[in-house]
Amino acid sequence: MGKRVLVIEDEPNIIEAISFFLSRDGWEVFTHSNGHDALEVVDRRAPDLVILDVMLPGRSGYEILRDLRACDKWSALPVLILTARGQAKDRDMAKAACANRFMTKPFSNNDILEAVRELARP
Amino acid sequence: MNTVNLLIMVCTIYVALLFLVAFVAERSARKGRGRWLRSPVVYTLSLSIYCTAWTFYGAVGYAARSGLEYITIYLGPTIVMIGWWWVLRKLVRVGRSQRVTSIADLISSRFGKSNLLAVGVTILAVVGTTPYIALQLQSVTLSFATFADAVGQPGPGDGGRTSTALWVAFGLALFTVLFGTRNLDANERHHGVVMAIAVEAVIKLMALLAVGIFVVWGLSGGVAETLARIDASKIGHWQMDGGRWAALTFLSGAALLCLPRMFQVMVVENADEAHLRTASWAFPGYLLLMSLFVVPIAVMGLERLPPEANPDLFVLTLPLAEGQTALAILSFLGGFSSATSMVIVAALALSTMVSNHIVMPLWLRQSGTRASVSGDVRHVVLLSRRISIAAIVFLGYLYFRVSGGGAALAAIGLVSFAGLSQVLPVMIGGLYWRGATRIGALAGLTVGFALWGYTLFLPSLGTGMLMPQSLLDNGPFGLSGLRPQALFGIEGLDPLVHAVFWSLSLNAVTFLVVSLASFPAPLERLQGAQFVNALQHTTNARGWTAGAAQAEDLMVMAQRILGADEAQSFFEQEAARQSGRAARPGDLPDPNPDFLQRLERELSGSVGAATAHAMVAQIVGGASVSVRELLAVADETAQMIEYSDQLEAQSRELAATAAKLREANDKLTRLSVQKDAFLSQISHELRTPMTSIRAFSEILRDTRDVSTEEKRKYSSIIHDKSVRLTRLLDDLLDLSVLESGQVNLNLRKGTLRSALDQAVAAAAAGEEDATLVIRRDTEAEECLLETDFDRLGQVFINLIANARKYCDAASPELTIHASVQEGGEVQVDFVDNGSGIPPEARDLIFEKFSRVSPQRAGGAGLGLSICRQIMDRLGGAIDYVPGEGKTHFRVTLPSTRSGETASGKPMVTN
Repeated sequence: MGKRVLVIEDEPNIIEAISFFLSRDGWEVFTHSNGHDALEVVDRRAPDLVILDVMLPGRSGYEILRDLRACDKWSALPVLILTARGQAKDRDMAKAACANRFMTKPFSNNDILEAVRELARP
Repeated sequence: MNTVNLLIMVCTIYVALLFLVAFVAERSARKGRGRWLRSPVVYTLSLSIYCTAWTFYGAVGYAARSGLEYITIYLGPTIVMIGWWWVLRKLVRVGRSQRVTSIADLISSRFGKSNLLAVGVTILAVVGTTPYIALQLQSVTLSFATFADAVGQPGPGDGGRTSTALWVAFGLALFTVLFGTRNLDANERHHGVVMAIAVEAVIKLMALLAVGIFVVWGLSGGVAETLARIDASKIGHWQMDGGRWAALTFLSGAALLCLPRMFQVMVVENADEAHLRTASWAFPGYLLLMSLFVVPIAVMGLERLPPEANPDLFVLTLPLAEGQTALAILSFLGGFSSATSMVIVAALALSTMVSNHIVMPLWLRQSGTRASVSGDVRHVVLLSRRISIAAIVFLGYLYFRVSGGGAALAAIGLVSFAGLSQVLPVMIGGLYWRGATRIGALAGLTVGFALWGYTLFLPSLGTGMLMPQSLLDNGPFGLSGLRPQALFGIEGLDPLVHAVFWSLSLNAVTFLVVSLASFPAPLERLQGAQFVNALQHTTNARGWTAGAAQAEDLMVMAQRILGADEAQSFFEQEAARQSGRAARPGDLPDPNPDFLQRLERELSGSVGAATAHAMVAQIVGGASVSVRELLAVADETAQMIEYSDQLEAQSRELAATAAKLREANDKLTRLSVQKDAFLSQISHELRTPMTSIRAFSEILRDTRDVSTEEKRKYSSIIHDKSVRLTRLLDDLLDLSVLESGQVNLNLRKGTLRSALDQAVAAAAAGEEDATLVIRRDTEAEECLLETDFDRLGQVFINLIANARKYCDAASPELTIHASVQEGGEVQVDFVDNGSGIPPEARDLIFEKFSRVSPQRAGGAGLGLSICRQIMDRLGGAIDYVPGEGKTHFRVTLPSTRSGETASGKPMVTN
């Protein structure tokens, strides 16, 4: 059984694409599309890694990340931040929120795959 | 050369000399080298115009006729000079500090600048002085005729005499005009005139002393001999009339204070108050010398000359009779000097009064205020002065001609004194009594002047002239109590004593009583305080002994105005200038006039000229602050207030500009933030579809076992996202064109209905499965529009598409309703039956990239922004109409000029 990846992203097409190539690589993929109850979903799914979009309805990816880091259980959970805003200050904000990796859209599928493999390594 | 011609020649040279002296003095004064002109000696000598020809010749005659009574003429001034020195000092102080120009000005100034009083005093002075000028002319003429007779040459006849007088009058007028009105000095000082008078004073004293010495040692044989002769003559047996003696002493003392010419030389021409101290002993000394040989000359004249000889001319006739031509010429020059100096100064003093108080007020009233601001006033003043001088001298000449000369004229001297001394109570009261009022002064002067005229002046003209003998004997209307020379039944008094007693005492009493009964005006009160307290303001007027203290005071004041450092360096520089050494810290300059002027100029840069003058004057003393100066200060203050108001207005403007700039800056900052947000939004809107495109195309490229189903689905996602990207780019370009205002409108005429028809059709294209029902009222849509139908259609399509996308009703409906408003505007309402836009989102819907619900959004969120831009360009509006629980957009179009329906019927009444 592969490792568990949770994709939190509001654009259905992007979820579909990521799910497609991660499942093919042997990952168990869960998806969620808003920020409101993202923490509960993390608790429920207990993923080994989270791919987190920044622009989410309800709460932003940074806020969710901060909450995760504040919580003992998920403070070390590898998080890959995805954003369509590729400016330097977004990178800084991701770093400040203790993201493990920061990638801008559009991305290369292989890059995501490699990053997930690297981050989810025990 | 015969003796008369010699006399004429000497006289001419003497006159030329006087002109030269005056000219040189005037020139060196103007060049600032006039210090020697203003010595106490010159001041004292100038006071000697008190000794006129009447004194020069007349004293001897007086002594020959009335014994020692002549001494009163010298005694009065001596007593005043020595005993009343404090009155004179106050008079001079006030005169200088108030810049008084004449005795009339003094009285008027004291009583609240009353011009009525000034005019009164001026008239009194002219009336009192004219006979006196005539007397001087007569003395010159008479002495000349006597001289000619005595040397046995044909003396001028009556015609010759009057022509002599005319020439003398002309010459005197010329001299006075030349040196009395050279320029307008604010202080009314005439250096040339004063210097010439001083020279004349020396000449007349020398002449009288020379004749006296000749008489005592040449004719009489020594002092002891002379005293013996005096004892033997009738003068030695003279009986003193106490009343007359007192009255005459009083009169001549009063004359020193009240005569316009004495006021001129003593107060107006005074350059330094300290000179008065010298004059207080030197002038009595001069008078003593003048009176020393009067009795010996009178005694010898009575002894040696024939009984019919005029004792008034003994001074001239004695040397002539003894064959001493040179001495006689000197004597003649002495008399000539006495006469001319009196006329010159009197004309100068009177002309100032007449010009300042009568001519100028009349001229100013005539020409209105326009003239007083223009520059020609100076000219007018000088002209009026010159004409006044000529008129006054001519008036004296006229009086001389009309009265025919003779004894009547000789007696006028004391009458004139008595008339002018009517000013005395008002003057002394004004200087020492704050309660004195203008009304009181007017009343006192009127009473005194009237009584003088009634009891002395009119009777003195001789019976039958203006006053019949019957009036003198029986009084008016037979009222013996009102007889001119025995008022209220007091008889047996000398007419002069009687007149002086009644006129002056009633004058003083009236002045006192009326002053007590009336109230002074504010200006009078102020001036009164200034006059009465003149000596308290400043104890050391320009005394060099107080120099250091004054310099310190000035320094303190200057520091307050200029600031400590600037004042310090200014004072040090000035001290260095004065000492000729390099500037040293802590040095204080000597507060000499030069420095004070410089300081005043320095200060006036900060506080204005009048204020600077007033401040310096207050510290240095010599001049207390006058009302005129206070008014000037107030004026300056007003100007400064106005200036500061202007500054305030400017600073308000600056503040407003700064606020505008701040606002503009804020706006720019806001715009910059908006631009960043916009770019960030665009980035997001472009990257999101691109992400799908890239991800799926990579899947299709890199994955081998993709099902056909999946392939078809993924390639259609790629296709849709590409279309969306294209639309987004189109919208962005469209918005950019609309926002920049560079959009070209294609205005056409058409009906609203056709526009809506096309929009509905276009919105339905490709959405055949749509459930939205559109309800329209096509009849109401028949109104004519002139607009860009493509752009308007764009708006309509957007609204219909939005309704289709967002209406959340089970069976969505959109009602389109058109109506024409009062003003001719066309309203098109788009109302759907959905739940509407939540209130918090309503403000945002027209912003770029705002989408109420992102999940269902097909567009980029630019649609309503573009609609709003389009409606702005078309001159209309698009708004969200809240309150119905449904989504309600209203498009408003401006009224079309024709205002007609398509069918030609007017839609609106206007």
